[in-house]
Amino acid sequence: MTAYTAPVRDMKFVIEELADLSLINQLPGLQDATADLVEQILEQASRMGSEVLAPINQSGDQHGVTFKQGNVYAPPGFKDAYQTFVESGWPALSFDPDRGGQGLPEMIATAVNEIWQSANMAWSLCPMLTEGAVITLETHALKTIKDLYLPKLISGEWTCTMNLTESQAGSDLAAIKTRATQEGDHYLITGQKIFITWGDHDLSENILHLVLARLADAPPGIKGISLFLVPKFLVSPDGSLGERNDVYPVSIEHKLGIHASPTCVMSFGDQHGAIGYLVGEEHNGLACMFTMMNHARLAVAVQSLGISERAYQQALAYAKERVQGKSNTQQGRVTIIHHPDVRRMLMLMKAGTEAMRALCYVTATSLDYSNRTEDEAFKTKHLQLFALLTPAVKGWCTELAQEITSLGIQIHGGMGYIEETGAAQHLRDARITTIYEGTTGIQAQDLTDRKIIRDNGKTISSLLDTMRETADSLSQLDDNNSTIIHSHYTEAIEALAQAVSWLLDNYKDDINAPGSISYDFMMLTGTVCGGWQMARSAIVAHNKLNDASESHKDFYRTKQMTARFYAEHILPRASSYLKTILTGSESIMAINTDQF
Amino acid sequence: MKILVPIKRVIDANVRVHVKSDGSGVETANIKMAMNPFCEIAVEEAIRIKEAGHASEIIVITIGTSQCQDILRSGLAMGADRAILIETEAELQPLAIAKLLKAIVERQSPQLVILGKQAIDDDNNQTGQMLSALLGWAQGTFASKVVFNDGNVEVTREIDGGLETVSLQLPAIVTTDLRLNEPRYIKLPNIMKAKKKPLDILCPDDLGIDVNSRLKVLSIEQPAKRAAGIKLADVQELMDKLKNEAKVI
Ligand SMILES: Cc1cc2nc3c(=O)[nH]c(=O)nc-3n(C[C@H](O)[C@H](O)[C@H](O)COP(=O)(O)OP(=O)(O)OC[C@H]3O[C@@H](n4cnc5c(N)ncnc54)[C@H](O)[C@@H]3O)c2cc1C
Repeated sequence: MTAYTAPVRDMKFVIEELADLSLINQLPGLQDATADLVEQILEQASRMGSEVLAPINQSGDQHGVTFKQGNVYAPPGFKDAYQTFVESGWPALSFDPDRGGQGLPEMIATAVNEIWQSANMAWSLCPMLTEGAVITLETHALKTIKDLYLPKLISGEWTCTMNLTESQAGSDLAAIKTRATQEGDHYLITGQKIFITWGDHDLSENILHLVLARLADAPPGIKGISLFLVPKFLVSPDGSLGERNDVYPVSIEHKLGIHASPTCVMSFGDQHGAIGYLVGEEHNGLACMFTMMNHARLAVAVQSLGISERAYQQALAYAKERVQGKSNTQQGRVTIIHHPDVRRMLMLMKAGTEAMRALCYVTATSLDYSNRTEDEAFKTKHLQLFALLTPAVKGWCTELAQEITSLGIQIHGGMGYIEETGAAQHLRDARITTIYEGTTGIQAQDLTDRKIIRDNGKTISSLLDTMRETADSLSQLDDNNSTIIHSHYTEAIEALAQAVSWLLDNYKDDINAPGSISYDFMMLTGTVCGGWQMARSAIVAHNKLNDASESHKDFYRTKQMTARFYAEHILPRASSYLKTILTGSESIMAINTDQF
Repeated sequence: MKILVPIKRVIDANVRVHVKSDGSGVETANIKMAMNPFCEIAVEEAIRIKEAGHASEIIVITIGTSQCQDILRSGLAMGADRAILIETEAELQPLAIAKLLKAIVERQSPQLVILGKQAIDDDNNQTGQMLSALLGWAQGTFASKVVFNDGNVEVTREIDGGLETVSLQLPAIVTTDLRLNEPRYIKLPNIMKAKKKPLDILCPDDLGIDVNSRLKVLSIEQPAKRAAGIKLADVQELMDKLKNEAKVI
């Protein structure tokens, strides 16, 4: 078993210095979210993570999920952990106080979610999906549905799933076939969904499925899909549980990772039709589901941050313990952390993880600003920024997590390849993050087509200006580290600016251009955004190091060096992505399918 | 009945402690601090007593710098009703703490004071006993079980020979051992509520107590490193070494 402790110091740094808690708590309804309260919340979440969730991470992976006589059972300990989680009130963190929530900022929820994901990613998928569903119902459902279902979801007594995928409809949801027929005040749903995470389990007494299906008179394609709420057990108007609905798990998948998270084939309406209730308007289901998916996309980015942090902690502990070889600077045999190449790997893990953390929390603040501000222009600005950042953050963080969790194994040498060590689990678990909630390819396309081309580069240009302002502030600082960071950072910003111009200049003439360069474009955007946050970190660190009353000098010195490492080792990738982008589609599309 | 629970802020139990290079103490700058684990058990026990209907109010108190408010907030989030901080920058020793607590007891008149048997920083194991002596109250130290019996409290104590049960007349002092209970996880709604519970701040002068040290620390050192062991061929050789080298038998 490997231990986990939440990196509360760094979380606090990001929350207070980069995600500007002091501005967030000036928003209407958020005045309670002060730094001391947030610290207490992080400390207690850390305790829950390390004492309740982390200890069942490896055992859950080894035991896996059980499917027995039509029911799915989570691994030993998962149900008790969920019970403790619910009793401690964590599911309600960011929700409406009028429905039993605690009304805390999304940004804080993001930080707390990182802790759950680090501690036990497979387990955390269950509350993660429920959280997304609450936001979707809150935004789109009728009041009667909200009143009946939301309190139990906010308390965590019931959980939710997201049912999009069918065997012929994965990335392309237009191909969905599941049918819905109106019958009085409800609908009957029939069809089969695959890959449904936590589709059935024994953690909660009821499960609510959010299901995409097609009405008989629906237009073809994505404009003909509607969203339905299908409870496992029907709920009486007084809130008590009634009959078992006609929705059942058919089987569970055997997977590369997240073994403790059931991935179910779900069958709707095998006997007489599963009763469902419309959420939002008919034929507008995909738009409603996007509320959930956008939430889930940031949540998956946070998941990849969490798993990277966990892999780093484990690799670091091993590097300080394993004795192998000699070093240039020390007598005798040394622990491997003394070897420069091991340092390189640890620094990459550390810098990458810290950049992801900053970017995820800062992105979440756009949700708080847009949800709460009364200033319309400010609201629009943050809605656009969030829409732009979501695919970049999801795509880049989840891809970087592959590299980081892989390095986690590398640092362990042969022991990393041995399952018992636990380092391999992080890589196996991380692997799904680039696939679900829209693959990397789909994120990249969303970024280039919908977020850049469609608004003619307006939002990203204003983001580039903000990034240049950070560069200007950095250039005013008179220390060597800041100068070095500034030089790499400005080069990377201009690489992104050049890529944006190239895309806008070329997408019309070469229809294959956007699809060919979208991955590199997404990675470029993520890398530069990460660099932006690290540059901001370096500015804060510089100021704190020059402040005589600051006692945490060591922390800020480390932060500054980590930012410099990011600038010297990760930011140069920007130029390489740009170089590829400028080559366009030719070498990708030249040979025909038979020539492969 | 009121219960007073004195608690201490110490270096977090999971942190590796380092001695300062000048030997004047251990490094505490920028180190994660937390409520002393024995004190957490004391707060938990007080809450259980209140939940069982034997108490009406729980007051947590600590003596230390203004940063100590964080552990008071944790105590409030666990379920205490209000908190008192006696604010001082001075490093206080158990006798001074006991005197300050006595003054608080006289003002607040609790019937029961529950303390951790010791703090994991200095391991003194003295404050509860000193407080009992200063107040002239009964004491049940190293408690692994606490039971209320009309007006009396029965305390099962962990002693060298096993368990001893004593019956104390209230008002009384109880100090907690590790097996007494397992402190609960703090609930999120209670963290939020704790922010609004009262926290009074006093200073030692308000209480007229002389907190000057009676002890002087000469130096603090890391324990000597243990030398590597050796392998012996057989029991014969072991006996020989114990007799002739170690001279213990
Ligand atoms: C463990 C697990 C849990 C899951 N949980 C859920 C869940 O809870 N609910 C749910 O509804 N679904 C869930 N899914 C399904 C998941 O969201 C899909 O697998 C994913 O969206 C990809 O769809 P697909 O598998 O059909 O792959 P495909 O769509 O067939 O994609 C195959 C490859 O083609 C690429 N590709 C496809 N279309 C395009 C395009 N237009 N342009 C460029 N590239 C393209 C993809 O990027 C990918 O590399 C889960 C899947 C797994 C494995």
